Amino acid sequence: MDEVLLRSLTPSVLGVLVRRGADFAAAEDAVQDALVEAVRTWPEDPPRDPKGWLVAVAWRRFLDAVRSDTARRRREDRVDEEPPPGPAPSADDTLQLYFLCAHPSLTPSSAVALTLRAVGGLTTRQIARAYLVPEATMAQRISRAKRTVSGARFDRPGDVATVLRVLYLVFNEGYSGDVDLAAEAIRLTRQLAAAVDHPEVAGLLALMLLHHARRAARTAPDGALVPLAEQDRGRWDTATIAEGVAILQAALARDRLGEFQAQAAVAALHADAPTAEETDWVQIVEWYDELAGLTDSPVVRLNRAVAVGEADGPRAGLAALAAVDPALPRHTAAAAYLHERDGDPKTAARLYAEAARKASNLAERDHLTRQAARLNAHRPPGERPRTDGPRPRPD
Amino acid sequence: MAKYLLLKHYRGAPAAVNDVPMDQWTPQEISAHMQYMRDFADRLEKTGEFVDGQALAPEGTFVRYDGEGRPPVTDGPFAETKDLIAGWMIIDVDTYERAVELAGELSAAPGAGGRPIHEWLELRPFLAEPPTVTE
Repeated sequence: MDEVLLRSLTPSVLGVLVRRGADFAAAEDAVQDALVEAVRTWPEDPPRDPKGWLVAVAWRRFLDAVRSDTARRRREDRVDEEPPPGPAPSADDTLQLYFLCAHPSLTPSSAVALTLRAVGGLTTRQIARAYLVPEATMAQRISRAKRTVSGARFDRPGDVATVLRVLYLVFNEGYSGDVDLAAEAIRLTRQLAAAVDHPEVAGLLALMLLHHARRAARTAPDGALVPLAEQDRGRWDTATIAEGVAILQAALARDRLGEFQAQAAVAALHADAPTAEETDWVQIVEWYDELAGLTDSPVVRLNRAVAVGEADGPRAGLAALAAVDPALPRHTAAAAYLHERDGDPKTAARLYAEAARKASNLAERDHLTRQAARLNAHRPPGERPRTDGPRPRPD
Repeated sequence: MAKYLLLKHYRGAPAAVNDVPMDQWTPQEISAHMQYMRDFADRLEKTGEFVDGQALAPEGTFVRYDGEGRPPVTDGPFAETKDLIAGWMIIDVDTYERAVELAGELSAAPGAGGRPIHEWLELRPFLAEPPTVTE
């Protein structure tokens, strides 16, 4: 059974229940029950009309839940046994669900969890495993999120930007488990792009595709990070790159630039270079300038400084970096890189070791420690630094 | 079964025998070390003895309550003398002897020159649930 196909029906099934008058929280529980039931019975007995089957089972579960809950007696009176015909469900249902799950009243972690469950159709257990928290914790997070949005209107348009931030989080901060969160984020963004015509949705989808295309080349067989310049570009997924570039070009042609389109443009320029040396850094700097105008984010200025270092030489890069807040994550790593390019391995090695101490994840820490080690290995032991403070240690 | 915490220190443990900071190993030595650690955790998962393993950033702060309506007080960064935990592994094993054996293996992870680090690890038993049968 194709579980992704099954899960792709989640938002429209949920939309039907809500349109029939079910409240969002109860409807969402009922749809989850129906999905679990489908996983159990479909392999043996596949339905002719999968969506119709899910709607029927979910609706029955919803009615059962309402009936068994005496405190909800009043609502039961309002719910007809036979569902009213109601307006035909449409792509708008899906869109409204995205808005609801990314409601501004939710914290980012709640919005992510609710989106993955109510729109993505993942189980609480899968989401909990993906984010390395106990299942009971994730269940609480989701039910609190549902309570938070319970008063929200289902028919009021929301802000696409909030939805995009949630999907970006799923893509960028996915952890582990049996669910590929990056692929799931792409699926959900594709579905959103089908439901709403918005250049930034296309921009985010292009950004995801262009980064996802490089995934196989991003880690060495031993799990070590491989920086962009050293990646085997033959392992990049050219079909995914072509799709990302086409989506981006169509979005840019509409002349409504946003930060995701600009970020995707940078990724597209990297994807376009047959070798690292052939990267069009001058254009990349221009896109970072656009981005800086759009967001004024210090991270953009940091990335821009590195690009300037490639376009105009490491001295120019270091000068650009000097204007960026040194407390920023990866500032020290960027400085190390630029000093190495500037022919100062001693300073670079010291900064790489310092950057490793400040790294926020293990892969990055190991990578930076290796960079320091690589530079130190070329120097006689007597010349090696004896820095103070904790150093990268085995884990 | 009993759970044990294996604690690794940035600071505060007695010095290891092969005590060379990691940024002064060769990149190959770093890779060999990472591989050893991964293999060790994988093996414990297969034997059904692995519970959890996490690494911690070296920086941190002390925090305490400062009274009604006031924000908590923070005190940091840590003093150079503070014992500093680098990470942990939790194992669930049958005996204390097995816990010591595994800690010894972990301490044998290769370091500079490809030789074992002989790092001192702190081994701490968890306080368990009370048994059902008491007499």
